[in-house]
This record gives sequence, structure tokens and C-alpha cells, in this order.
Amino acid sequence: MSSDWPLWEVFVRSKGGLAHRHVGSVHAPDAELALRHARDTYTRRMEGVSLWVVPSVEIVASDPDDAGELFEPAESKIYRHPTFYDIPDEVKHI
Amino acid sequence: MARAAVDHRAEYLLRLGDDALILGQRLGEWCGHAPVLEVDLSLANLTLDLVGEATLLLGAAGDADQLAFHRDVLDFKNCLLVEQPNGDFAQTIARHLLYSTWQHMLLQRLTQSSDQFLREFATKAVKEIAYHRELASEWTVRLGDGTDESAQRMAEGLDWCWRFVPELFEVDDTLQATIDSGIAPDPRQFEEEYRTTIAAVLADAKLEAPADQRPILGGRRGHHSEHLGHILAVMQFLPRTYPDATW
Repeated sequence: MSSDWPLWEVFVRSKGGLAHRHVGSVHAPDAELALRHARDTYTRRMEGVSLWVVPSVEIVASDPDDAGELFEPAESKIYRHPTFYDIPDEVKHI
Repeated sequence: MARAAVDHRAEYLLRLGDDALILGQRLGEWCGHAPVLEVDLSLANLTLDLVGEATLLLGAAGDADQLAFHRDVLDFKNCLLVEQPNGDFAQTIARHLLYSTWQHMLLQRLTQSSDQFLREFATKAVKEIAYHRELASEWTVRLGDGTDESAQRMAEGLDWCWRFVPELFEVDDTLQATIDSGIAPDPRQFEEEYRTTIAAVLADAKLEAPADQRPILGGRRGHHSEHLGHILAVMQFLPRTYPDATW
């Protein structure tokens, strides 16, 4: 039965102010039930305050074979990391 | 007189607590057997809500474990609807639609009860049951307005459960006494709203309401169908065989 149902990617916002984060996927016949399945599968232990579901087929993904040209050039650019600044202890979520 | 008032309240708590306990136990039977993993988790979540509610209600009526595991069939006061067999998924959804819609309308009014415990209980439970009601309504529409087979099964599930609806609106002396003291809402006040709401869900689902059948009553007085004994046998076996077991 579930093989007939499309797959949906689930994103959970764990608390106000934070971004939605990908947590996994569910099968569901439509968007409304996908939200309910996501709620029942991924927020049973108070993990979230907001949910997104997105049809998995709508996700545009990079090709793993292109990883070299896409990501390796960044490896040698250490100056792009903000590690040369002192971040005050009071600043959270950076 | 004061004594009698207390007894009516305890009896009312037992009715609501037994409804939640038995329906929770019934839904729990799906665990590991639902059509798909996601539905398995959905039904288990409903179970946990109901068992939590039963723990609070029976705890307010007495010792919750003692009441749940050491009473016999005739002492249970749940309505007949909640003890009906799961059947297929559609019959389970039909039962849950008919019960949780009633339960939600009751809880909305119980938040105004003269009884502090029931007020606080209802304020917590009404959110849980709002979800139950919506989920059961969504599934009713998808099964009813789905394939020929799902529509057929949904219609049969409703037909099975329909004769147990009138009991939800029956008012006997005990209930009348709790209504008079402001503890309980009068279910007859929302019977029309209930009928209209169910009819709207069925219309969305492109289903006909079943023809009214001869009502079956008696659960509130301990007159149960043969199904309840089987539920209790499974539920009570362990604590009765090993009374001091802890885990």
C-alpha cells in the first residue's frame, strides 16, 4: 500500500526563531495526511513547534558525481570561515 | 445526600475513564499490524492519549490500576461503541469518528464543569481529542471518497457502529444527577450538532448515513457485548496472574 503513496520530506522547527531542519520522510496519499503523519512520526516527544512537508520529487539535488567541482574548491579557502573574530559568549545560535 | 452526590460523580468518572481505557486498549491492538508504518504510529499515538486520559479519570475515581486490572466485565461502565471490534481499518476509523466527535463535543463543555478536576482534565484532553476527531474525519473522507473497495468498507464500518450511537446521548438517573449538580454537560444539548457534524463529514466522503437501526444500550449499566470480556482477558491477564509484578 505504501508503495502507492508518494514520499514527503519532513522539516521541523524545534523552537521559535530557529530554522526548520530536515528530519526525515514519510509516505502519505496527500499533503494534509503527510502533515499528520509527520506530526505523529517526528514530533511525538515535543521536538517541534512547526512542520513543513515537501513532496520528495520536488527536491532538486546536486549530483554526487559533481561533488569535486562543486565542493572541493571551498576546502582551501580557510579565510572564508569567521574564525578570526571573537564571538561574545552571549550570542547564541551562530 | 452528600454521600449520594459523591457516588454519582465517581460513577461519571468511571464512565468516562472506562470509555478511554477500553478504546485505548482496542486501538492498541493495531500496534504492529496497521496497513503502513505511518498509520501504525498514528494509531499508537491515539492509544497513548486515551490511556493517559484513562489514568487521570480512573485515578480521580479511585485507584487507577485497581480499577483497570481488577474489575470484572459487569463492573465496567464504558459505552458499547468503544468495545466494538477493530474489524478492518475502515471500521476502526468509523468507530473513532463516531466516538471522538462525541467526546470532543463533551470535553468542550466539560471545560465549564462545576468540578475542578473535570475542568482541568477537559482543558488538557480537549486538544488531544480535537486531533483525534480531525484525523478520523480526514480518513473517513479519504476512504469514503477513495476506491470502490475503500468506500464499501467504510460504509460497512459505519453500518456496524451506527446502532451504538444512541447510547452516547442516553441520560439515566446517574447522569441526570451529575447534570443537575453542574458536573456533567447534558449530551442531548449537542445531539443535533453531532448529527449535523457527522452528516457533513459523510457528505464530504460521498457516503450515505446508515439507516437508523434498533439502538443497543446498556454499557453504562454494565451490560456489555461479548467483546469486552475478550478485551479484559488480554488486558488483565498479567496483573491478575502476577499481582505483585513490577517492571
